[in-house]
Amino acid sequence: MVGRIGMLYYRLMQRRPLLAFALAAPALARGANAQPARVLRVVAPWEIGGLDPARSGYVFQRMQIAETLVGTDERGALVPSLARGWRLLDDRVTWRIALRAGATFHDGTPVTAAAVAESLRRARGGPGPLAQVPIEGIAAEAGEVVLRTARPFLSLPAFLAHSSTVILAPAAYDAGGAVRAIIGTGPYRLTDLLAPQRLDAERFAGWWGVAPAIERVSYLAVTRGETRAAMAEAGQAEIVTTLAPETVARLRRNARLSVEVVPIPRTRAVKLNASLPMFADVRTRRAFSLAIDRAGIATALLRSPESAATQLFPPGLGDWYDADLPPLRRDLAEARRLLDEAGWRPGPDGIRAKDGKTFRATLRTFSDRPELPGVATAMQAQLREAGIDLQVAVMNSGEIPAGHRDGTLEAALFARNFSLVPDPIGTLLQDFGPQGGDWGAMGWSDPALVAAMERLTAEPDPATQTQLRRRIAAILQAELPVIPVAWYDYPVAFSRRVAGGSVDPLELSYRIAGMRWAD
Amino acid sequence: MGGLTRALAARAVQALLVALVVGIACFAMVRLLPGDMAFRIAAGRYGIDLVSGAAADAVRVELGLDRPWWQQLGAWLGGLIRFDLGVSLVSGDPVVDELKTYLGHTILLAVVALGISVLVGPPLGAWLGARAGSAADRAGLVASAVLRALPAFVVGIGLILVFAVGLGWLPAAGVGGWQEVVLPAVTLALGLAAVSSRVARDAVAAALHAEPAEFARRKGLPEGAVRRRHVWRNAAVPVVAYLGVQLVALIEGVVIVETLFAWPGIGHALVHAVVARDVPMVQGTALVMGLLFVALNALVDLLTLLIDPRRRSAA
Repeated sequence: MVGRIGMLYYRLMQRRPLLAFALAAPALARGANAQPARVLRVVAPWEIGGLDPARSGYVFQRMQIAETLVGTDERGALVPSLARGWRLLDDRVTWRIALRAGATFHDGTPVTAAAVAESLRRARGGPGPLAQVPIEGIAAEAGEVVLRTARPFLSLPAFLAHSSTVILAPAAYDAGGAVRAIIGTGPYRLTDLLAPQRLDAERFAGWWGVAPAIERVSYLAVTRGETRAAMAEAGQAEIVTTLAPETVARLRRNARLSVEVVPIPRTRAVKLNASLPMFADVRTRRAFSLAIDRAGIATALLRSPESAATQLFPPGLGDWYDADLPPLRRDLAEARRLLDEAGWRPGPDGIRAKDGKTFRATLRTFSDRPELPGVATAMQAQLREAGIDLQVAVMNSGEIPAGHRDGTLEAALFARNFSLVPDPIGTLLQDFGPQGGDWGAMGWSDPALVAAMERLTAEPDPATQTQLRRRIAAILQAELPVIPVAWYDYPVAFSRRVAGGSVDPLELSYRIAGMRWAD
Repeated sequence: MGGLTRALAARAVQALLVALVVGIACFAMVRLLPGDMAFRIAAGRYGIDLVSGAAADAVRVELGLDRPWWQQLGAWLGGLIRFDLGVSLVSGDPVVDELKTYLGHTILLAVVALGISVLVGPPLGAWLGARAGSAADRAGLVASAVLRALPAFVVGIGLILVFAVGLGWLPAAGVGGWQEVVLPAVTLALGLAAVSSRVARDAVAAALHAEPAEFARRKGLPEGAVRRRHVWRNAAVPVVAYLGVQLVALIEGVVIVETLFAWPGIGHALVHAVVARDVPMVQGTALVMGLLFVALNALVDLLTLLIDPRRRSAA
């Protein structure tokens, strides 16, 4: 029987080898372009890891399906979102949060203070940043949500913008407290979820804000940068985020696309183990920094000259970025002079040594962020010119915090997000406290810095806050416990079929609700 | 029918062995991978930004990663006997539930790919086999060698550039409609057809000049009848048997193709599970792939028995 079928194929192929394809092609063409109703399609590299807001809340937050109490405006300042507003009582530890009048969940139930408090309590029990806030109690009182902290903690509202704190309806949780459905409050309502790849959502008529112009949206997780670029070029997505650097120039030339690149509050940096003799001296850390050719790395490897870091915090991070701070730069002569002065003299192979110890360190990095190994290798060559022998070890990202804890880490290159919550103080407290931090200082601390950070968490006056932030940035720039290398760009391609698109540098939203079809 | 029962019994025993070996090997390999598992699992759960020593410690305690290895492996094997594949260390959901979604997508992709490759490869090979030594045959050899030598990744990107970016006929990636399956399936099918066309070409070329065919010609049968009765069926046996071998290429290709085309299949899931050191998920995925392999080979056994009466009588 198989023989006969084979013969049939054989005969068909003998006569019209391309017949089947020729017949199928027009049908395929119709199928790909026919859209029953227009859907704004978002393509991003991040897969939907499940329903738990601690894992994938950011997808639901960015797609404006679930909302947090606090949001950010164009400039990154905190603004009310599902909350109508918040105030800190005179005791400086009690926060009262008022909710939007008439807000409802996607299942039609009203957004009550009790439901919000319950959602926050669950977020607090998870691994998100809220666990770092010294919260003593979350309660619903007289229609408002009341949060009490153990000590004054003025950046609390920023923590309520993190995606792990999205507010879900009571019916979203099962008896054990696990999330079983995304029943949020946003302008879009989830209609279909195929984890880990895609979701579909439609406009939610009961949203408290101005009804969005775009009715239907979808999200597709595409991990490969080449595929994402192809989808943008083929017009198969309206918003394509996190473009791979090597595809940006090509997409910019495409008349059907507009590519926007914004800096985001994330910095590629090197942490040094300052308890080692070679990095204990601030002069050697400065020399290390002076030997790095940041402009070269940013231009040749990252294809974004503006991303060369001149200080730890990138512009766009409010007054944490100090334009008056003397920029980090490359100066090999100065680097050599500092190393000489610190007693590290070049040996016969050019590598410096002091008291019989060679200036040799292993730099750990990882490839989850694909550019890091390349940046590490470039730094290796650059540091060698100053007489520093850097060995590069590409490992798992976990080897950095693990090496920090067991003391075996010498140096590490990684990327640090300073806007896990829109206020970087949360990250700084973790990184530069008296004990250092997994992704921050190691074997180094500065009482003046710790004092400035602690004062900042309780300082209500904006002018003093600015002063404190500048002081923190200046200490980190002078002492270099962590050496900034390059900031991050966030390139996004918008199809010209849509208008009103903009990029949120804090990555809290794709801002679809403010967009419309251009034609 | 003795041959059939025996073939199926042998495959059943093989399935049991596969389950055991795959489970133990996956367990051992994931543990031998460098790096602290707790950190990898925490990164898989919460993203690198939220990973800290404290988060890793919490994961370690919650999952009992400090237990001796034989206890952890024993727990998995004990569950396997009860058809319980355990719970994903990353998502906390039962592995079986996760596999259901992934497996459905992979089977769809694999069946379409295999279908296309069977439609293209063997008929083309048969056509070339009947013209062995011609210019077309030599061109076929070159095309097949090139296609097989190119990694699926390159073929896939090429197809995306032509059919999605250039012509705009098909989506470059995604899942949900029938259009999305075409490009990944064709990517896989081209690799498969590249080889099966050569196998079919050789089988047909040999069968055309084998003794039964020559004898039939001598006794005066017209060429059409010779081919119908003595060539196709003889040539089909090695082609079908070879399909079994090709499934290796299919499963290997699925891992890369699914990632490239954002297809939520089992190969894609396996990559993520390995990165996140999600041992039960790796074991479950590999187990399902292994069993799938055995099942498809059993199917190939049945088909060859059906085609070749000699095998039935020999058994």
